[in-house]
Amino acid sequence: MNAENPDRRKFLGKTSAVVAGLAIAPGVFLYTTAHGRAPGEAASGKVRWGMLVDTTRCSSDCKECVVACNKENGLSGGTKATDPQWIRKVELTDKKNGRKLSLPVMCQHCEHPPCVDVCPTNASFRRADGIVLVDRHRCIGCRYCMMACPYKARSFVHETLTDQNPDVPRGKGTVEACTLCVHRLDRGELPACVEACAKTGRRAILFGDLNDPESEISKRIRTVASVQLRADLMLNTGVRYEGM
Amino acid sequence: MTTYDKVETRNFYLLVALSGLVAGMGLIAAYLMEEHGHVITGMNNQIVWGMPHVFAIFMIVAASGVLNVASVGSVFGKAAYKARAPLSSLLSIALLSGGLTVLMLDLGRADRLMVAMTNYNLTSVFAWNVVLYSGLFSLAAIYIWTMMEKRMNVWSKPAGFAVFAWRFILTTGTGLIFAFLVARQAYGSALLPPMFIVMSFAWGLAVFHVVQSSMYAWNGKTIDPEIHKRMRNLLGIFVIAVLYFVVAYHLTNLYFAKQTAFERFILVEGGVFAVLFWVGYVLLGSLLPLLLIFLPGLEKVRYTVMASLLVILGSIAFLYVFIIGGQAYPLSIFPGYETTSSFGDGQIASYAPSLPEFLLGLGGIGVAFLMTTICVRLLSMLPHDIPDRRKRDAL
Amino acid sequence: MKTFLFVLLLAVMPAWAGGSSGPKLDIGKGGQCVEAPEFMRRNHMEILQHQRDETLRKGMRGSKYSLVGCIDCHASSKNNSVLGSNENFCQGCHAYAGVRMDCFECHSSKRKTVAEAGK
Repeated sequence: MNAENPDRRKFLGKTSAVVAGLAIAPGVFLYTTAHGRAPGEAASGKVRWGMLVDTTRCSSDCKECVVACNKENGLSGGTKATDPQWIRKVELTDKKNGRKLSLPVMCQHCEHPPCVDVCPTNASFRRADGIVLVDRHRCIGCRYCMMACPYKARSFVHETLTDQNPDVPRGKGTVEACTLCVHRLDRGELPACVEACAKTGRRAILFGDLNDPESEISKRIRTVASVQLRADLMLNTGVRYEGM
Repeated sequence: MTTYDKVETRNFYLLVALSGLVAGMGLIAAYLMEEHGHVITGMNNQIVWGMPHVFAIFMIVAASGVLNVASVGSVFGKAAYKARAPLSSLLSIALLSGGLTVLMLDLGRADRLMVAMTNYNLTSVFAWNVVLYSGLFSLAAIYIWTMMEKRMNVWSKPAGFAVFAWRFILTTGTGLIFAFLVARQAYGSALLPPMFIVMSFAWGLAVFHVVQSSMYAWNGKTIDPEIHKRMRNLLGIFVIAVLYFVVAYHLTNLYFAKQTAFERFILVEGGVFAVLFWVGYVLLGSLLPLLLIFLPGLEKVRYTVMASLLVILGSIAFLYVFIIGGQAYPLSIFPGYETTSSFGDGQIASYAPSLPEFLLGLGGIGVAFLMTTICVRLLSMLPHDIPDRRKRDAL
Repeated sequence: MKTFLFVLLLAVMPAWAGGSSGPKLDIGKGGQCVEAPEFMRRNHMEILQHQRDETLRKGMRGSKYSLVGCIDCHASSKNNSVLGSNENFCQGCHAYAGVRMDCFECHSSKRKTVAEAGK
């Protein structure tokens, strides 16, 4: 009960700072994310969250998005085969002409997610606003979704965890993946990777409401060519890539 | 009417002790996995299904196929097979128990089985399987009852039909587990459900041969050579059929440009996978058994048992290549690009099965053995064939 | 003899019900809970089970039944957690009643501000 008021004050403080920042700094990263929803308000299908990654702004020697994700969600940051990785930097070399590319890959938050189709208990589900999540109350750890994901976005928690982030519950024996920082989104903040990328000045990740034709991301998708990964599978992903 | 004989006592206690021990070790392995997490196994975020699944899927597919013997009796009316139907149904229940034990104990949250039983996603094959597998238990049990309870004998034919239809759907479901994985190059093929059905015929019959021959040997009886020859030839036909499907699968794959790299991996460059495929499955698991079955002069039962054991070995090799090789080959997320990342993109994943995984998988076989041994002792399931052909065919 | 022992058993049974006070708990901040203690003792499990779906699957935040809210009040001031000893709020009763809790396999048992400071 008392926890709401400090959060509201923080949120108001943040919003004022942001509005002030927007008014002053030129070329600042504009986003029309919905303000956090009112308490008790359910996520709505009117909104569809999406991301646009500009691969031309992404560099091989930067992994701030990965670092920020690990910190925000309490991941160890390790890269052993059993360590969870919700986002990873992938280095590409075009086989035909040697062109190099670097980009982050995470859960693509598909509109027709194969992971949701195959989950026996409906633990893997798509929230109304387009975020694909794992309901860890129901996950039995069968890993079928991990087999089904075309992007290898999901990780399994192989060992006992302690000291989880209270906003990001995670536990042994369940499957997990990028949540688009749903706990931040619901408060009106940006996903950690988007914020971190903006802080470096590269601003390679654009986040916003795909259903809002006036949002920055929708306008950009209309004007600049972008692709979905494995578009042949027709999953209609929420994450798109530019410059590929 | 047919009469039944008991299994010899010494072998009984020996087998119970042995299979109990193996099953017990499987349970210990499962406990350790539950306590420490899957980090103690060889499975990881690239190879999510490992050795336990190889064993479990073998048992589940064989469980369905072993019922073939009963179906040939009840559904297709061959009397010699009818005498074997109770043993075949029992083996089915035992193998299914073993396979499901392994699968359920391997779950990351095995304590949430109740959740799986009460929350169903109707688009998920796994959810269908919960119903299909439980259903097969019930139907097979009812089928045994209709055969062993004289008053219910009149129901054995409809029960046989029900079991026949149900297990076809069930094995199709097992194939669909993989067929629905559109993104993986090893899977996502409509060929898989029929392939699994035919594999179930071969593997189930192989298991049946081994169990039946052991039972006859330990009771000092011999099987009628006619029946033995027919069943042996049937195994040969099924092995050929499986080979046909595997060839069709690989040939079609080779035709697609986007699949050739994967095929080259499995068939040529894949190290352990290529060896297991050619030597394990093709040579030892298919060609050698076919020689043992069809070459003239090898009519003795021991050659059939050898062939059956080789088929089983070949099936484990096949499943290892299919399940683990299919995961080891990287997903093609960026066709036309060479890929590297911290998460194994573009790289062949390495997998070393760990001891807990082997113990768990073998534990399932132990459970199946234990159930079969005890039930055969209690229920007298040795098929007793009426020696006079005319009397038998009149049944 | 048997009758005597049986009657003795019956006579002793009320003692088995244990003390009327139950376990001694450190209830953290204390004060007014979101519902009455008797109601909570009987129904907190149902409330939590219902609320978790509202929060996670429907995205409804800020409910008075939020688990983070419970922990914020009930975490002991000694170790800032609802687990750790049989005096801690959740662990105390659950150990006494012998009922397993699944929550803290995944959820942090620590008060949110402290947990964040520790990051």
